[in-house]
Amino acid sequence: MIVGTRKPLEEIKAMISPYKKVLIVGCGTCVAVCLAGGEKEVEVLKNELSLAMGDKVSFDGVTLERQCDKEFLEQLSDVVDQYDAFLSMACGAGVQFLSEVYPEKPVFPAVNTTFMGINRAVGWYEERCRGCGNCVLGITGGICPVTMCAKSLFNGPCGGTNKGKCEIDEEQPCAWYMIYERLEKQGRLDQIMDVIPANNWENQRPRTVIQPGYENLYNTSSK
Amino acid sequence: MDRRNIEESSKLERVLREGHFAFTAELGPPRGANVEKVKKKISYLKGYVDAVNITDNQTAIVRMSSLVTSLLCIEEGLEPVYQMVCRDRNRLAMQSDILGGYAMGIRTILCLSGDHQKFGDHPQAKGVYDLDSMQLAAMVKKMRDEGKFQGGDDIDVPPKKIFIGAAANPFAEPYNWRVYRLAKKVKAGVDFIQTQCIYNMERFREWLKRANDMGLTEKVFILAGITPLKSVGMARYMQNKVPGMDVPEDLIKRLKAAGKEKAAEEGIKIACEQIEEMKELKGVAGVHLMAIEWEHRVPELAERAGLLPRPEV
Repeated sequence: MIVGTRKPLEEIKAMISPYKKVLIVGCGTCVAVCLAGGEKEVEVLKNELSLAMGDKVSFDGVTLERQCDKEFLEQLSDVVDQYDAFLSMACGAGVQFLSEVYPEKPVFPAVNTTFMGINRAVGWYEERCRGCGNCVLGITGGICPVTMCAKSLFNGPCGGTNKGKCEIDEEQPCAWYMIYERLEKQGRLDQIMDVIPANNWENQRPRTVIQPGYENLYNTSSK
Repeated sequence: MDRRNIEESSKLERVLREGHFAFTAELGPPRGANVEKVKKKISYLKGYVDAVNITDNQTAIVRMSSLVTSLLCIEEGLEPVYQMVCRDRNRLAMQSDILGGYAMGIRTILCLSGDHQKFGDHPQAKGVYDLDSMQLAAMVKKMRDEGKFQGGDDIDVPPKKIFIGAAANPFAEPYNWRVYRLAKKVKAGVDFIQTQCIYNMERFREWLKRANDMGLTEKVFILAGITPLKSVGMARYMQNKVPGMDVPEDLIKRLKAAGKEKAAEEGIKIACEQIEEMKELKGVAGVHLMAIEWEHRVPELAERAGLLPRPEV
């Protein structure tokens, strides 16, 4: 899922202070699961802001199923005129789509989109994927060197492995140490005996995916 | 500045191929455009080493560029080993710097990942790591041997004589993998290797034996990394604070026994003993002395370690 963290109240206040009536828009999917921007967080933010800003700004709250889907964003079409601005608690994708669907309305982010990750325990999330576009997990024992190695090395470990930890953080396991250990246990070290060639970085421009079979529907070719 | 013939080879390569026991040192560029400081360091080393490593923003701290400092060395008649780290440049910048350096006389390159930016003076910087050190070495080899850019286009006058180096650390976990990682670097196209500072001779000998047994030392020249310990404090720091460094307790005992005044002298003595042993070890082709901010002590150390005079090649 996409993991986010709520922005500091002061930063949010500064963004919305010019407006009188603001709709806080939560998102019921990823950011709800990671406790950053779901129904409960909308309520908390609404109360905090109301308390902090008094009569100057009035707030309402609503949580959509998803902000990355037009179908759900359109549910706001009847109420959009009642507000001066939207304060979105979705990830960056949701904020942008909300802005796109209501281009005349100022939209502000209440959440910093942090990473694609996993749920380690309640309230504890860890990054696992950078969306580089060319997955090598099949040869690296299911451990991503791009994300989990601080230098994104494809042919690690570097000389800074520190008792199995990364040189930059004693709490962070060395990705390539883990890759080695896992592949050795699986008897698959041969997978990394050859040099992994230079990566084709796909995440350097905005990408569009049209799944096979849908090209004709959109009159375009799949990328 | 006399630019050398485009066909002339690396001096370090000639020293190694002719079977001499190579001796290289290190020169850290200044934190400013201080040409005089560079020239002073060059004057300590010229004539006493076969080549000098010019570090590339080492420990992720901004310094005069390794490319230009390398050119200053050439101007002064000292052969540079041009270090390039993957942290600060993408493949476009790397290749253009390699061609520019080659045009001006650089013939030896050391391909490194680089210390993470978190350690340096700009911890907020975006680390590049477009390539890793092995992919960098493979790219330089392709430029040299195939006359092609990494992207596949032909190079107009390729760096045909460039000598490619990389680093190896026998002392970082997983120990068992380290010799295979060396093998990968050889596969990538590395001609010579500089090791991490060696203090644990036993572990180094084990790693070297495996490299010998795998036939790697016939394909790559190994330069053993030596850094004289200046004090007990420095030894403890290296032991506890520098990741991937292995300083055995008996060396620290020796420094302690020498007393505070004589610890540096004892450190030099240990380094000389190590160098003497390296000369006898099968598979070691030379030593790389990393005497950090101690460039002025290199001639004395070279003399005492029996590394002088340096061969004319």
